[in-house]
Amino acid sequence: MSRATSYRSIVGVLPWLTIALLSLPVASGVLGAMAPAFGYLPVLGGDSLTLAPWRQLLEMPGLADMTRLSVVTGLASAAISLGVVVLFLGSFLHTPLYRRVQRWLSPLLAVPHAAAAIGLAFLLAPSGWVARGLSPWATGWQYPADFAFPGDPWGLSLILGLVIKEVPFLLLMSLAALVQCQARERLTVARSLGYRPLTAFFKVVMPGLYPLLRLPIYAVIAFATSTVDVAMILGPTTPNTLAVSVVGWLNDPSLSMRFMASAGAILQMLLTLMALGIWYALERLVASLSRHWCQDGRRQCGERWLGGMALMAIRLVLGLMLAGLAGLTLWSVAAYWPFPEFLPWPPTVQNWQAAADDLIVPVGQSLLVATAATLLSLVLVLGSLEAETLKRRPLRPWAQVILYLPLLVPSVAFLFGLVMMQAQVGIRPGLGAVIVGHAVFVLPYVFLSLAESYRRLDPRWSQQARSLGAGPWRVFLRVRIPLLLAPILTAAAVGFAVSIGQYLPTVLMGAGRVVTVTTEAVSLASGGDRRLTAIFALAQLLLPALGFLLAMFVPRYLFRRRQGLLPRSD
Amino acid sequence: MRDIRRWLIAAMLLPPTVGHAYELSDWESVTEAARGQTVYWNAWGGDSRTNAYVDWVADRVEQRYGIDLEHVKVGDTAEAVTRVVAEKAAGNEDQGAVDLIWLNGENFAAMKGNELLYGPWAEQLPNFSLTAPEQNPEVREDFTLPVNGYEAPWGRAQITFYYDSARLEKPPRNMPALLDWAKTHPGRFTYPQPPAFLGTTFLKQALLALTEQPEALYAPVDRADFEAVTAPLWDYLDRLHPHLWHEGDNFPSGGPQMRQLMGDGALSLAFTFTPSVPAAAVLDYQLPPTTRSYIFDNGTLGNVHFVAIPYNAQHKAGALTVANFLLSPKAQARKQDLSMWGDATVLDMSRLSPTQRESFTTESRAAASLPPQSLGETLREPHPSWIEPLEQAWRQRYGAQ
Repeated sequence: MSRATSYRSIVGVLPWLTIALLSLPVASGVLGAMAPAFGYLPVLGGDSLTLAPWRQLLEMPGLADMTRLSVVTGLASAAISLGVVVLFLGSFLHTPLYRRVQRWLSPLLAVPHAAAAIGLAFLLAPSGWVARGLSPWATGWQYPADFAFPGDPWGLSLILGLVIKEVPFLLLMSLAALVQCQARERLTVARSLGYRPLTAFFKVVMPGLYPLLRLPIYAVIAFATSTVDVAMILGPTTPNTLAVSVVGWLNDPSLSMRFMASAGAILQMLLTLMALGIWYALERLVASLSRHWCQDGRRQCGERWLGGMALMAIRLVLGLMLAGLAGLTLWSVAAYWPFPEFLPWPPTVQNWQAAADDLIVPVGQSLLVATAATLLSLVLVLGSLEAETLKRRPLRPWAQVILYLPLLVPSVAFLFGLVMMQAQVGIRPGLGAVIVGHAVFVLPYVFLSLAESYRRLDPRWSQQARSLGAGPWRVFLRVRIPLLLAPILTAAAVGFAVSIGQYLPTVLMGAGRVVTVTTEAVSLASGGDRRLTAIFALAQLLLPALGFLLAMFVPRYLFRRRQGLLPRSD
Repeated sequence: MRDIRRWLIAAMLLPPTVGHAYELSDWESVTEAARGQTVYWNAWGGDSRTNAYVDWVADRVEQRYGIDLEHVKVGDTAEAVTRVVAEKAAGNEDQGAVDLIWLNGENFAAMKGNELLYGPWAEQLPNFSLTAPEQNPEVREDFTLPVNGYEAPWGRAQITFYYDSARLEKPPRNMPALLDWAKTHPGRFTYPQPPAFLGTTFLKQALLALTEQPEALYAPVDRADFEAVTAPLWDYLDRLHPHLWHEGDNFPSGGPQMRQLMGDGALSLAFTFTPSVPAAAVLDYQLPPTTRSYIFDNGTLGNVHFVAIPYNAQHKAGALTVANFLLSPKAQARKQDLSMWGDATVLDMSRLSPTQRESFTTESRAAASLPPQSLGETLREPHPSWIEPLEQAWRQRYGAQ
């Protein structure tokens, strides 16, 4: 087999492997949840089809609240995040502030959801840092006041917690999209016609930018409507969101609850679908309403006011995140820390010493799983994108949908089914299964982060190399990979961070035998010792940060004599 | 079809399992078969002191029996039950991922009822006789259900209240007093949200104290008039809830969160199911040094917790050996040691030699801990069939507002 054929056949197979990795677990997982939802699970005595689980589900007290909470928090957090991102980009795209914020994006994105939520909860709780800072001199509180935040019944704290994670994600996703839709050129033209920056951004850039942001936004909505860990930490308890309740029912000791849990899982899927539908309808509405406005020729629209708001919002988002993380650090060195003392004094290293032994194994396994899952995803994504280039056309629409499947189907809906499949085909629970389970969730993010840069790469570089006699492997390894190294490493860092943050797949696919910093942090969060929880949350945060640091500095080191290969910061 | 052929070939190629054969009646053969096995013990991992004790056990069984004991930390024991169910659904009959499981009450009833347990084996453990089951029938009974050797006793628990003596001089000592106290200290008491284990336990404690027919709770629920038996409980809770933390709109997720709220100063009074927890939490900086604990005048609910082996566990011999080690005087004394975990022993002191007994007497007990004799007044657990209806009724009334 010649090298060229080996290249062609490998690149021909990888997209199919990608599709299999993404669709098989999701599809069989959903089927595994679907059957019991209609009463079929022979091992528990369910061998006929019935609607009983659905009736039981509909009679569940608080079901309306749960579903409302899921949909409202999901849509509200996505809308607020998008609003903040768009206002910020429109107001500050060409200012030094944008560059500064851009530099913070990757580190912020590396913060796992659970760690961010734990930090935020600490900040805003009745005994949190904000209350300590104001007590007793301003509030008169000798003991923490009795108010429910986080955990307010409207889900405001949950929305806030989602927003501080989604804003960095959407900002990062717009970086590539801004270039792809030629935002700079569009802005220049509009500005030269006398449009103020923000108005120019709304009227000229948004119509090109939004379609490119659509899938990331849909992923955000799907995540926000079905998140378990964030809602457990920041959501209300009577009742919580549907996703949290489904996990609760799944874990109910009474085995017959499992039928209803499966119906709940399917309902969660429908809810997410509905939220996406509502968003799509709103999209259409906004598009048709703004058509006239876009063409009315007016050059400005409350620039100063909106710009000020954008600045405040972005400061709030970044500030909350950083203050939350600072709080985690303090807790990790706190001895008994009574309210309302502002600082834990004297600090102690005893918590870290006590935790040191416990950290070794989880950190090692996290690194192992995340590295393997990221590498696996990277190979498949590179293969799929190469196949695209080879065929000179983007993936077919259905293949595109499959790529986003694990991001759009709520994970609680198919994980129980996945455990069944795992046992059915005789895969032993353990590291291997966990790595594959993580890859299902990591791969879409790697693809999302890498695809645009990959497609944007000028094909003439390869053509030139081919015309100089280089084979396809050589072109791939010596021309395309170096040109794309920075975005590839960034995508890998994103995938690594996603893997570090996974909880449910780790526990279920590993039969609890694989212990990562995240499973430890979540299991400790139920144990309530703030000091240990803080230590594991910090570990959970330092690992992805390490990944992003590598992604940032490896290209700079490798290309220190080939500055042209470094990404321009735009 | 091809699948079946592949399985057949695989089955023929597998070495016969002679190496793992053992006879329960011949304990030597069990420890022999256990050597070299990896035992996956699914046990709640939410408490660092419990985890540290399990680590110690792992160390010991490695040295003594050559067993590699892995602590699978679950957030809720039901997760492990779920896994066994899924394995049974998939026809996994002898390659189960769970070898040993820490459980009692409802989870035991569920697993036993669905034939997910291996056994009987517990009474054949050499160390089982040290529990003196004739004098201590509670080691043979789990929430009124006969154990029949399907799980081995491991430790004891009892509802214990604790408070910050710097803020509170006279804590309430019975259910009516608790209500009066809550009225004058609004927002400073709460209980975990059922079906969290400790929350359900509080419901049972309150029901036992308040109902006019306590004897009905020791028979299956369908033999009693649920409404009539539980009416005083709901009446009590209706009056209590407005004075609870968050005015009863929210409840903590479990005992640990309640402990955290005590550490924050948000609560003045809380309770636990592990009597040593307050003292231990003071040592870990989680509670103020002025914490004290006590139990109600008429006694509080208590029970025994167990370890069981799933029917499809892959390393049964190893699991048996570990279960027997857990019952050894050495392991039990270590477990009761307040500096380790502080979980009360299930062994009967009369069955031990004087030196063994010696190891159970801890010299200096922390102030926050209870003297051992005050753990006498234990109320028995109701029949497990009451749990589900109680949780349902609670959810119906207070779960969604």
